[in-house]
Amino acid sequence: MAQQVAYVDYLRLGDPPQLVAQACDACGARFFDRRNACAACSATSFHEVALERQGTVVSFTIVTFAAPGVAVPYVAAVVDLGGTSVRGIVVDVEPTPEAVHLGMAVELTTVVVGVDAAGTEAINYGFRPLGGN
Amino acid sequence: MANDDLYLLGVSMTKFGKHPDLDLIDLAAEASMAALRDAQVAVADLGVLAAGCLMQAGAGIGQQLQKQIGQTGIPVYNVANACATGATALRTVAMAIKAGECDLGLAVGVEKLSGAGLLGGGGRREASDTWTPQGRFGAVGPLDGRVGTESMPGVFAQVGMAYGHTYGGTSFELFARISEKNHAHSTLNPLAAYSKAMSLEQIMGDVMVAYPNTRPMCSANCDGAAAAVLVSGSRLARLDPDQRRRAVKISASVLTSDPWTESCQILPDVNTLTQRAAATAYEQAGWGPEDLDLVELHDCFATAELVHYDNLGLCERGGAVDFFESGAPFRDGRLPVNVSGGLESKGHPIAATGIANVYEVATHLRGEAGARQIEGARVGLAHVIGLGSACGVHILEAVAP
Repeated sequence: MAQQVAYVDYLRLGDPPQLVAQACDACGARFFDRRNACAACSATSFHEVALERQGTVVSFTIVTFAAPGVAVPYVAAVVDLGGTSVRGIVVDVEPTPEAVHLGMAVELTTVVVGVDAAGTEAINYGFRPLGGN
Repeated sequence: MANDDLYLLGVSMTKFGKHPDLDLIDLAAEASMAALRDAQVAVADLGVLAAGCLMQAGAGIGQQLQKQIGQTGIPVYNVANACATGATALRTVAMAIKAGECDLGLAVGVEKLSGAGLLGGGGRREASDTWTPQGRFGAVGPLDGRVGTESMPGVFAQVGMAYGHTYGGTSFELFARISEKNHAHSTLNPLAAYSKAMSLEQIMGDVMVAYPNTRPMCSANCDGAAAAVLVSGSRLARLDPDQRRRAVKISASVLTSDPWTESCQILPDVNTLTQRAAATAYEQAGWGPEDLDLVELHDCFATAELVHYDNLGLCERGGAVDFFESGAPFRDGRLPVNVSGGLESKGHPIAATGIANVYEVATHLRGEAGARQIEGARVGLAHVIGLGSACGVHILEAVAP
């Protein structure tokens, strides 16, 4: 099996893959990057939490015109994973307003972005529709 | 007029659009000279200058402007605050006057954006042939298009769609009709970058940029400048009757940033800081949304205009779709919104916008808006928001009986 690297560091590759966040020890606010103090309450210690793998699309757009080098069309969404908002691409769906809708149930999935010169696969996360949409 | 009140003594904007033969300083000078003429004061009267230009934030536009129109040694503040840069320049002058450091000052905003194309996104390229984690998310490649979108049309599309998820009632056609309204309004504004009406079919059938925003539903990148002369009440009381007659009271001047909300790291929260700015502004002014005769708000995209009806309290919470459907924000409606054409049609030379919307409101309050005059306008509100985020709200009030 090829060596793999997560596309972002808050994606943990495993079975199953998981998104993680840094949660404020005092108020529970969650962050995907490092903070010196909690943006919500100013406390200064954090612990890692794993996010739920299933959630709901609470907003989306279908980008058809993008900066050079960005493949279009793609569906960008804000997904509510059990109270934690995450942004990501919706995959395994036609990028049309007919196929994507607000409130759609989705689950975390992974996609291979590509293989670098050393043979390492970059694995990104995305969200795919759950059955019953 | 109370001595510690603040007034707009003169205000001006250039024609928005393509100005290939004018550079930033030419445009800033044109707007500034016109604002000084409008105020009937000279450069020598100014005690402070605040100059905004987002794309050339390090260029010292204020000092360059002084070399073009008059170097008097007064303090210059070059400001940059995303799309709220113009409002920030106004606030800077307002604070200097309120602090008693001077009693008369000039705020100017200028931008050259013609042909700038898509803003936001695409900020990073693969820099090596091996995956190398970089940045705050340890990303091995660009985030735009791979982990959501960073393009402005996409971000603001999601802002409008999130409102639809929470309250319902939104559709591609609804957002397109908001754009249709603003393009129709612009036909009466000779300073607008685009002043042609567009049919709903034209708008919906145009190039899709980021669903549900088609090209005419996006703010128009263009060149332009706007400038304003502010004066204290005590200084105004000593000026000529004609200057006092055309002065417009700045009843509220507010700037906010975004407080923490759960999803703000994922999708910039343009709502909470606007709600807070509006609440503070209404309190400062002693006027409520029911007292407003017109509003210029930050329709950087059609999807953004909808949420700000709600954020500015023009309707009850969750009632933005009903507010639009009632016809209220049309120029013949109960509370006209963006009678200038808004950012979608008048244009959005970023740093000029926060002063240009004050120009629009003030021009109606003075009864000088010509064909697009909202008759009898006495109180108006100007709103801008910049991602990051910054929100400016100014409430203006006619003084003359």
